[in-house]
This record gives sequence, C-alpha cells and structure tokens, in this order.
Amino acid sequence: MEEIFERLNGVFRDVFDDDSISVNEETTAEDIEDWDSLNHITLIDAVESEFGMRFTMGEVSGMKNVGEMAQIIKERAK
Amino acid sequence: MSNFYPFDCAEISKKQKSLKRELLKDGTKRIEKKIAILGGSTTNGIADQLELFLLWQGIQPEFYQSEYNQYWQDAMFGEELRAFKPDFIFIHTSNRNITEYPDMSMKSGEVEELLKTQTEHFTAMWDKLREDIGCPIIQNNMEMPFWRLLGNKDCADIHGRVNFVTRINQSFYEYAQTHDNFFIHDINYLSASLGLEKWADPLYWNMYKYALAVPLIPEFAFSLSKIFASLLGRNKKVLALDLDNTLWGGVVGDDGVDGIAVGQEVPMGQAYCEFQSYLKAQKQLGILLTVCSKNDEENAIAGLNHPDGVLKPDDFTLIKANWEPKSLNIEQTAKELNLLPESIVFVDDNPAEREIVKGALGCEAPPMESVEHYIQTLDKGGYFEVTNFSEDDLKRGEMYRQNAERAKIQSAFADYGEYLDSLEMRAEIADFSPINLARITQLTNKSNQFNLTTKRFTPAEMEQVYQSSDYIRLCGRLTDKFGDNGIVSVVIGKKAEGGKVLDIELWLMSCRVLKRDMELAMLDTLAAEAAKQGARILRGHYYPTAKNNMVKNLYGDFGFEKLSEDSGGNALWELDIRGYQNKNKHIKVN
Repeated sequence: MEEIFERLNGVFRDVFDDDSISVNEETTAEDIEDWDSLNHITLIDAVESEFGMRFTMGEVSGMKNVGEMAQIIKERAK
Repeated sequence: MSNFYPFDCAEISKKQKSLKRELLKDGTKRIEKKIAILGGSTTNGIADQLELFLLWQGIQPEFYQSEYNQYWQDAMFGEELRAFKPDFIFIHTSNRNITEYPDMSMKSGEVEELLKTQTEHFTAMWDKLREDIGCPIIQNNMEMPFWRLLGNKDCADIHGRVNFVTRINQSFYEYAQTHDNFFIHDINYLSASLGLEKWADPLYWNMYKYALAVPLIPEFAFSLSKIFASLLGRNKKVLALDLDNTLWGGVVGDDGVDGIAVGQEVPMGQAYCEFQSYLKAQKQLGILLTVCSKNDEENAIAGLNHPDGVLKPDDFTLIKANWEPKSLNIEQTAKELNLLPESIVFVDDNPAEREIVKGALGCEAPPMESVEHYIQTLDKGGYFEVTNFSEDDLKRGEMYRQNAERAKIQSAFADYGEYLDSLEMRAEIADFSPINLARITQLTNKSNQFNLTTKRFTPAEMEQVYQSSDYIRLCGRLTDKFGDNGIVSVVIGKKAEGGKVLDIELWLMSCRVLKRDMELAMLDTLAAEAAKQGARILRGHYYPTAKNNMVKNLYGDFGFEKLSEDSGGNALWELDIRGYQNKNKHIKVN
C-alpha cells in the first residue's frame, strides 16, 4: 500500500504540476486546488496508465477519496 | 522540442501542464491564430492537447469553445463566435451527432431521404459559416459505429449503420472536393488505425461525454494539429536520407552492389524496395530527396544504380556521400537549397547519427528502427501533410535540379552580370489572378527568409486582398534557359494617406531565385504601377524574425531612406518615386 501511495503521489504531482502535493487515504478533490472535473479526467487516465489497469464506470463514479482509489488499485493492478 | 514525435500518449496527457510551461518559456516567436472549436461532444481536453501540439509546431492558439454540443446553433446563429473573429473553425463532431439512423422497416426512398436530412444538417452549417465568417473550416468525418446490428452485412445493406455512416462521409468528401478552404480531419482512418474498440470505449461518452477515449486524445490532437501546421506553412520540405541499412540492407562499401539487399527476391530486399517506392511517391508531392551518407561517392552512386532499386541517382536533388560529419552535410544541404535546416527531416537507421544531427541543427530525425516499419514511422509523423496542392509542387524537384545546373555554369563566368545575362531570364510580373491565388497564399505561409514582414495569409484573407481595390498586388514568375521557376515573388501594397503613399505590407521572394536581381524587377514594376495609380511614396517595413536577417537592409539597398527603427529592430523606410529610374538590367520583363 505504501508503494501505491508513493506512485500515486508522482502521478498527482505531474497532473497538477505541483511538487508539493502529498496524498493520503483521506485526500479528496476538496484538498487540491486544481482538482476540478476536467483535471479529474486527466488524473484517472494517468492513474490507469501508471498502474496498467482500468477503472469501471461504477468505480469512477463511486470513489470517495484517494484511499478508495488505492484500494481498487491494490486489488486489480498488475 | 523534437521529442514530440513519436510520443507516448500517457506521458503527454499526464505532464501536459509542465510541457506547456516549458514550451511557453523556450523563447520561440510563434504565429498567433484564433481557433474556434465547435463541439458535438466535450472539447476541453481536446483544446488542451491541441494547444500543446500547436505550440510545439510554432503556433500560438487562442481558443473559443462552444458550449457543450452547441456546435450547430453556434455555427448558425452564435454572436459570440462571430465576435471572436476566428482564423480557423474546427468542427468536432462524430457519429454520436447523427440524430437518426435508418431502421429495418424503411424503404430505399426513405433511407435516401434520411441521408439527405442528416447530410444537409452539416452542409447548411458549412455554407452559413463560409458566408458569415469565411475562414478555413476543418471538419471531422465520422468514425465507424462500435456495434453492428447486421454483423458483416451492416456495411452493404442500406439499413446498416456502417453503410449509412460511410455514405455520410462520402457526402463530406464531395463537399471538400468542390469547396476550397474546407478540410476533412480523417478520424475514420485514425480510429481504424488506433483501433476502433479502444477509440469508441463507451465509458468516456457515458461518463464525460467525450466522443473518443480520453487516453487517445493526444493522438487525435497530433493528427489535427498537422492540418493547422500545413495550412500555416510549418510543413517540412526535404527528406535527407542515409543509404546503408536505410535505403538498402547491408553496407555497399563492404558488401558490394551485388551484396546489398534491395529487390523482390528476399523479404529484406522487398521491404527496402517498398520504402524506396514510398519515398519516390513523396517526391511527386514536391518533397525534395537528398542523400546524406558516410560512403565513397562512387559506391553510393553504384548502390543507387542497383538494377532492382526504385530510386535512382536522378531522383535526388543532391547527393552528399563523403566522410564528413553528417551534421555538416545536412547544414551544407540546407545552404545549397537555400532552406533552413529545420525544414529537413533526417532519415538514418543509426541512432547516434540521428542524435548528433538533432542536437546540432534541431532537425526532426524519427527513430528508424527496423526497415519494415520505416514507412509507418515517417508517414505518421505528418511532416508533409497536404492541404493545398499547387502545380508548382509537382515541379519543385525539377526546379531545384535546374538550380544545380545554373550553379555549375556560374563558375565559368568572370563577371556576375555576364553570368546573369547568360541565363536569358524573362519575368512575368502582374496582378494576382484566380489561377495562381493558391500558390501565392502558399508562398506567404512558407517563405521565412526573404520576407520583410512575414505576414501570413489564409486563403480567405488572400481572397479579400484580391477582391479589394485598396491594394496593388504583384506576383512574379521567373523563367530562364534552364526552365521555369514558377511564381517566386509576391508583393502587396496598400494604398494609404489618400493614395499618395503605397504601404508595402508584404514583400517576399522564394530563396530559390536569390541573387538573380528578381527583386529589382519587382521594384521597378511596383514603382511604375504605384506611380500610375497616383502614389508618390513607397513605404516599406522590416520586422525582424529569427529567420529573415538576409533582408534587413533590403530597402536600404534599394535606395529607401530609413525613417525610424525601434529597439526591437522594426524599421520603417520610404522612397520617393517621382523620377524613379529602373534598376533591373538583366531580366526581360513581361
């Protein structure tokens, strides 16, 4: 799980072009200034590429925070 | 930034913010253009990616985006769109915007009627945009449906969606064939090439209303950017080709002509043959082919004369086969052709050579990794995207060859004037005419070096200049005993101050006729025409760019007086043309 968060941090930093970002289980869109609906799409795309997996529509719609995202990745990522 | 092709979609989307930041601070002076995106689906991500690829190709876009799926309303009635005054309109529609398909109960007449309705929805919109705005329109065609009710029959049966979409596309192409300034962005090909299953993944439509899969947007934007780049004169002009293991398999110096792989007998030879055929076809489009090879020239020529080869020594505008560094040879090639090194694409199987040339000259040098993929790698690069094709393109290679012959005889004359006389030059200098407007527009977008103001024109803007009586327009064609150079110089002057002054907005010349005194012949005609129409003063501007230093003092050389020059080097010049004496002595005009 630690490794997943480390890699997620890299992705978040690239997508939001902000090296100060550090995400944890509770992080949500509220916590990152540029995390709007447009950047959300880029973020999901980038996370999928990073972990070589795809979220289903249900998963994308249902994720409440970065912790839930990491949980799905842990179960499915290659 | 030559790391943009080939590119990794995932990297480009993930790092789009930092990539944009880097591009913007690299100090390049870019062409600024206003682009309206009219979408039948979400367009935000498309604009973002398109911006990256345009910045990379020297174009700074300013975007207008219609509200979600308001493309048609906006095109027909949108005031904000009209106030934006776009230079280009891109209509981002897809098969998601077909509002009704045939159903199985329909008779053939009803299907025809439906096709007409669906097609006219688009043609009416294009007509309206052309009438109200008049800028170039770029329109997606339609990708194939991602499911087929009738299975394989869907393509042939009039009720099939595949058949229906194919016929709508056909009607788009007919419009493109009969209307200028209208260009198809071929997403049908692109989606097939990338894989329709991936492209049309419905998640992206259902979740975000994107008509194509988000991970493929960089591919889409790259492909689209090529049309803009081509229309704005950013195409490459030359393919500089290595020989050993690039045009044939093996090393001709070691293996001998009989030992190299080219020809139909073996798979390897066949692949090289196909690549040569592809290059030969490029040549027909006016792309210049040159050789840049570490070889003894004798061996290089022998290899090119291989009986089973497709390309022969004559197909190359010039051949550099020697042991000098390739960066030097490419630089020399650019110099001899009067082109900038950046207009050359360097094709070499050796990664070290590619790196050296890229590093030294900023040329594109795509990775040529294995001969069976050479064609795809080059083709997908879109270096030579065709938008407007002129007669001159067909003849370009020949013209450059004639130039090489001219250079040969030059050394036989002690006096340069005698040499010019020996060329028996004749110029036709006249107002524009409908038949050469396309070539003139193309020149305004391609000429960088001998260009005083670097003012770019779209076909629509050129049409306006052509229709207006406020301008004096000249285009010059130069012919000599070696052949016809085609239209090589364009001057546009706008009447100012009640007609007493002719303000020269554009003065350009193709570098293939440098040092032939063509500019003097143009000046003579311009002065005469201006005087005839009542002007007393010719006013010239020089706006410096990274590339046009050669004409910094052109007006000074003509005898103009410099009135002002700002700190950026922008200079204003004037010439009183009362009592003007003709300057050209070596060209017979008209």
